[in-house]
Amino acid sequence: MALLEINQLRKTFGGLTAIEGLDLHVDEGEIVSIIGPNGAGKTTLFNLISGLFPVDEGEMLFAGQSLNGLFPNQVTELGLARTFQNVRLFPNMTVRENVMVAQHCRTKSGILRSILRTSKFRHEEAEIKARAEEVLGFFGSRLVGYRFDQPAFVLSYANRRRLEIARAMGTDPTMILLDEPTAGMNPKETTELTGLIGKLRDDHGITICMIEHDMQVVRGVSDRVICLDYGRKIAEGTYQEVATNEQVIEAYLGRKATDAAS
Amino acid sequence: MAQTTKTPTAAPPGDLPPTRQNFVDLVKAAEWGLVGGATATFVSAIGMVPDFDGRTLIDPFLTLGYLVLFLVPFAFGYMAARPLPTLEGQEPVRVGPKNVLAGAIAGTVTGLVLFVPTLVAVNFNLRSVFVNLSPAMADTLTLGQSLGVGLLLLVVLCLVAGAMGAGVNVIPARWRVPVMTGLLWVLTVGLLEDLATQLLRGLNLDALVGVFFAPGGGLKPAGAIIVFVLVFSLQLVFQRRPPGLKARYQALDQSERRRWTIILIAATAVIVYLIPIVLGGFMSEILDLVGIYLLMALGLNIVIGFAGLLDLGYVAFFAVGAYMTAVLTSPGSPALTPELTFWAALPFVVLAAALSGVLVGTPVLRMRGDYLAIVTLGFGEIARILFLSDWFDPVFGGAQGITQIPSPSIGPFEINTPPQFFYPIIVMVFVAAYISWALANSRIGRAWNAIREDEPIAEALGVNIVTAKLSAFVVGAALASFAGALFASKIGAVFPNSFSIIVSIIVLVIIIVGGMGNLAGVAVGALVIVGLPQLLREFDEYRFLLYGALLIFMMLAKPEGIIPSRRRVAELHQEEMSQDAWLTAEPESELDEARTTPATAKD
Amino acid sequence: MVAEQGTPKRLHFDFVGAVLWLVRILAILAVVIGAFVSLTSGRLSAAAWLNFIVIGIGQGAIYALIALGYTMVYGVLGFINFAHGEVFMSGAMVGAFAANSLAQAGMWNSSPILSILIVLLIAMATSTLVALLLERVAYRRLRNAPRLIPLITSIGASFFIQYAFLGLFGAQTRTYPALSILDGFISVAGLNIRYADIMVIGAAVVMMVGLYTFVERTKAGRALRAVAEDKEIAALMGVNVNRVIVLTFAVGGAMAGAAALLFGVVFRTVFFFSGFLFGIKAFTAAVLGGIGNIVGAMLGGLTLGIFESVGPSLVLTGLGIPSAHQLKDVVAFLALVLVLIFKPTGLLGERLSEERA
Repeated sequence: MALLEINQLRKTFGGLTAIEGLDLHVDEGEIVSIIGPNGAGKTTLFNLISGLFPVDEGEMLFAGQSLNGLFPNQVTELGLARTFQNVRLFPNMTVRENVMVAQHCRTKSGILRSILRTSKFRHEEAEIKARAEEVLGFFGSRLVGYRFDQPAFVLSYANRRRLEIARAMGTDPTMILLDEPTAGMNPKETTELTGLIGKLRDDHGITICMIEHDMQVVRGVSDRVICLDYGRKIAEGTYQEVATNEQVIEAYLGRKATDAAS
Repeated sequence: MAQTTKTPTAAPPGDLPPTRQNFVDLVKAAEWGLVGGATATFVSAIGMVPDFDGRTLIDPFLTLGYLVLFLVPFAFGYMAARPLPTLEGQEPVRVGPKNVLAGAIAGTVTGLVLFVPTLVAVNFNLRSVFVNLSPAMADTLTLGQSLGVGLLLLVVLCLVAGAMGAGVNVIPARWRVPVMTGLLWVLTVGLLEDLATQLLRGLNLDALVGVFFAPGGGLKPAGAIIVFVLVFSLQLVFQRRPPGLKARYQALDQSERRRWTIILIAATAVIVYLIPIVLGGFMSEILDLVGIYLLMALGLNIVIGFAGLLDLGYVAFFAVGAYMTAVLTSPGSPALTPELTFWAALPFVVLAAALSGVLVGTPVLRMRGDYLAIVTLGFGEIARILFLSDWFDPVFGGAQGITQIPSPSIGPFEINTPPQFFYPIIVMVFVAAYISWALANSRIGRAWNAIREDEPIAEALGVNIVTAKLSAFVVGAALASFAGALFASKIGAVFPNSFSIIVSIIVLVIIIVGGMGNLAGVAVGALVIVGLPQLLREFDEYRFLLYGALLIFMMLAKPEGIIPSRRRVAELHQEEMSQDAWLTAEPESELDEARTTPATAKD
Repeated sequence: MVAEQGTPKRLHFDFVGAVLWLVRILAILAVVIGAFVSLTSGRLSAAAWLNFIVIGIGQGAIYALIALGYTMVYGVLGFINFAHGEVFMSGAMVGAFAANSLAQAGMWNSSPILSILIVLLIAMATSTLVALLLERVAYRRLRNAPRLIPLITSIGASFFIQYAFLGLFGAQTRTYPALSILDGFISVAGLNIRYADIMVIGAAVVMMVGLYTFVERTKAGRALRAVAEDKEIAALMGVNVNRVIVLTFAVGGAMAGAAALLFGVVFRTVFFFSGFLFGIKAFTAAVLGGIGNIVGAMLGGLTLGIFESVGPSLVLTGLGIPSAHQLKDVVAFLALVLVLIFKPTGLLGERLSEERA
């Protein structure tokens, strides 16, 4: 059953068409990779799904619920979390707090309860904290212990990426959109993260849709690969199918080259 | 980056010599002197020096006017004599007489520049333009001597002040802090003479007053020396701080901790109870005002310090609180005849303020920070103009305002003198401080933090921006309305002109000086910003000038405030830190990352 | 799993959006009803309304000149220079002293054009000097700070300058001597246009055209636009960014000085607090026209001037509000709020750079 379903999506910025007539679906429990050259509209697609940009035309359904016109926090509340290409943490909050913020839409305590410190409030606080620490434990020992209380800005680049994924997990999602999760990581870290993405689905049952440039990663984890170019879907299928698709090769190598060749 | 261990970076050969000369630029020192001269001229020409001359600090040597005047060559002498900064891994520069010479040169130049206003004031009458360039000013600058002798004396004193300023650089670091603290205390005690004598009298120590203070005002030289020696030796003794009290407190077990907490609260209660009794009516009046501003500052701190919304129209909520109280309780108010008591009116007042918080907050919710600032400023002015207008005259009384606001009473006790008013105000301040603390450490506090740091991301993470921002506005408005209600019933009347933009600015200065997000800092800020000008009436004319200068200075030097919260320091100096990280950057490895801050590109 | 989390209720209800729509509708209704009542009541003749507009344009031209300073600094450095109103006030204040000494020397009425030019120069020089000092002392070290920090600094600077002027020159109102050649008016089609308004509008237009040409046609103007676009890249291309920023403040200051003289000649009184409200209104004009946009500043200034002059009488009195003239400033502030609600980018869009793109 399709968890995320997108029909005839269109988005233009002024005269520039970023997404055009896009159909796309992600099934529950799947890992789908979206590839495509720079400027193909991949990140725009994520921004549309997560409610950062309004949609021009088309429909987006998540678990049968329309996403059109929702605010980003409402999309997250439905169980669809995301990470960002250019890692955006809350740099001066601690690692633990970064994940605790993510629990915001799963918790309820308001001003009055916070001031009166009711038992319900204290209970919930403890739960949020425990949940955050549990999520951070997903990355082994990298983000736990003394790291809990470090501000996020002292983290290494790879750890920032990990923390961002942890933060997305902290919203208790059914599906996560990962925007270039391995960008800027070294090969060892990339391999490790590739394994974790698989684990995210296998152990936590989270459906994953990711944008990725590293073909090793794409091949390693994807059930299905979709290639975008100029806002359109030009190929879809297994890694092998897409990798050998003529249009995809053309998109990556440039038209001139193939024109000259043919 | 304090916790960074030094990484001995291999210095490029020839770039940094192993031993460094003490390089003092004397031409630069003269330039500092010129800037100092311009500053001193400015301070004199706006009338500060002659106006402050009336307050004696140390009888008969030093008045506040001369302190302000000679502080200028002192400060610029200090600047001129500063040694080159020491980089990591370098040997510190040896300072010596050459630095003092630089300071003396800067001081001399400052003194020479001061000839200009003096001679102008003596020889020309420009008072139709420069109102303070008067013979009185010239007389002060020449120290009451004849022109020639006076000018000579002025230059010599400036020279000495400059050299003394330079001297701060030269004394060994171990002595520097005790000496400076000692001097600072002497000046503070001299400045706060009224407070000190009142305190001594209140504690039935009248005899001591005569020991310290001269009958004509100011510290006696002997008193000054006692204060200095006392502070100096205390500083020397306590330079090594005793082990952290907080750590010891946390080491206690549950029941002991509870006992100590109760003792602490009881002690605070007793002290608070005694404060207005010891200080008497006049001082209590000042403290009441400080408390009312502190209450507002705690509220604005939630809006600006926690949620990052620069609200410049905060006075509007204060006004709503005051006017609602007036309308509901005063028999003199034109509208709503059945008058309530203060306490019965309070819930309605808070409700009205909360409502106005939503009203102001909603349209600005999706605006960028700087637009939000200007628009809220506009709202503040709109509120004042509406209270003033004929349109609302039937409700708010226009320019005449509303009078005959009754005092609140608790049971049979009526609260109407300043010492009595201190209690409800201080209770509200404690409540507000508690609310701030409780909210900072809660779900909503984290949401505010997240919004301040990166709004779009906070929203994408599921934080409801609308509720979070509106609740910040509502809580802030509610606290301001409390302040307004207390203000109205304390004064007994409200007038639209009590609620001008300047109130918002004062509250802003308080939280910026105190350090945004920091509760103790805000309290100190309120005491200094509101209390001091009340105590020292001379300051009244110059207070806004000083507030302005203070705002500029704080933003340039210490944007995190005097007593900052740790988080703010990190935030505002982050740029520096990542720059430092470039210097110490190592190839990124898992082990080292705790110690280095990789300067990754920010978006 | 999805079912467990449940569907959030009222997902599509957008509280802020709803309130903003309500405000929009109310604003339009108020304007339409107020204007309709006023115009049909025949309280004022058509010529009277037109006169309001002309006076508004005259006032608006001064706003526009001040707005340039806000808009240029915002375009280049990206922060609101709140103290710009005081830059304007300083020119007006020192100009008043100059004008009075000229009047004492008898020049003011014997050779008015020359005297105005002299005072203009002095006012422009003063304002430029104050603007440059501000830049050097307060803003230079904050170029890379988060944008609220220079804003707070400029609020501090604003108060500092106000009260420095209070200390230096006293609290009393300073008056410009009357200029006899500006008395009187010409009548065009039943419309009485004061000479003063003609002078203000004419001078403002000359200044604007000059500035526009400077920014669009000269090398320095090109450098300025490059810095507004991207400071680092401009520096890499060999532009002296520091000099351009100083130039920006200088030009903004000079324009404020010119506005100060026009203000002085028309309104004739100035005191240390004059710059505050005028500054906020000029900022409103800049936002109205699209901050960062030079043509926008002109347009915004004129629009605000007209709003302010016509609004209270047309809309507020029409709605039955007594003594509407008291609420003139409210109109200006409401205009700011409404612009930011209706079209946050202003009439002509934001930023110097977008004109080009």
